Amino acid sequence: MSNHIVPLRTYYLVFLTLIVCTAITVAVSFVDLGRFNVVAALGIAILKATLVVLFFMHVKYSGKLTWVVVAGSLFWLGILIVMTAGDYLTRVRTGTFG
Amino acid sequence: MSPETHAVAHEPSHHHHPAALAHHFEDLGQQSEAATLGMWVFLVTEVLFFGGLFLAYTIYRGWYPDAFAVSSHELDIVLGTTNTIVLITSSLTMAMAVHSAQLGHRRKLMMFLSLTMLLGLAFLGIKGVEYYHKFVEHHIPGPTFQFEEKYVREAQIFFSLYFVMTGLHALHMIIGLGIMIWMFIWSWNGTITREYSNPIEVSGLYWHFVDIVWIFLFPLLYLVGRHLHS
Repeated sequence: MSNHIVPLRTYYLVFLTLIVCTAITVAVSFVDLGRFNVVAALGIAILKATLVVLFFMHVKYSGKLTWVVVAGSLFWLGILIVMTAGDYLTRVRTGTFG
Repeated sequence: MSPETHAVAHEPSHHHHPAALAHHFEDLGQQSEAATLGMWVFLVTEVLFFGGLFLAYTIYRGWYPDAFAVSSHELDIVLGTTNTIVLITSSLTMAMAVHSAQLGHRRKLMMFLSLTMLLGLAFLGIKGVEYYHKFVEHHIPGPTFQFEEKYVREAQIFFSLYFVMTGLHALHMIIGLGIMIWMFIWSWNGTITREYSNPIEVSGLYWHFVDIVWIFLFPLLYLVGRHLHS
């Protein structure tokens, strides 16, 4: 891992993007997209989180070990949610939380 | 274990080494890498800590989508959005603090740490106002809870999740403020230098993580079914 100094311009750009994404996520929530409202909301949140992780938390400039640890956390979280949701979703034939 | 006031950094040799360097590390660079990795491993445990609550939210929202939409509508979207912007800005000021530390700009570092703390306090203040609103509107789960008859049971589940998740988040913010006070003191008394800026970076990792948790809390708690009511 390096002591890479990120240019301030990068920080400003990321910040602006995060603010714009916040505005978009709020605006979109007022539009009826049915099932896709939650997809849009989560999608934007994931994008925002990714920007924070890569640039504010310097993961983009970090060594492989850091990447592995970050990926590991997402993998474990994935198991937690996917396995549990899979349990509940398959208890009734309709594939809903019933 | 506290480093001396004037940390002098130069090539480690048999006879002297930087004050901030602990003996079991080769040099400051390796020590910094280890500290950063340590914080990341801790953040992994935090992902699972909050992850369990997000999982509970997922299941209950899947079961009671209408109750969740109606309940979510009772949260103040203006205050919630404001708090989101407050935290995102605090992440920017935190990143600027790390930047200043890396360049050895002591006064800028102290300024950005102060701004970060101020924004954190603003967040907690707004949260407090929101909690007060919930109290006044009888939306605290339990014997005082009042809601439309159709959803009275499920809405309490939503608000239970709301208070536990935002409460745990607020607790992490308070801890973060404590860490920042500590870093401010270290910045002020000269412990933090260009060579030993890693503590600011590591503290920043924690702060950004708390921001990320809110980035997910906000849409899941405040933006459910907003299109259904005007």
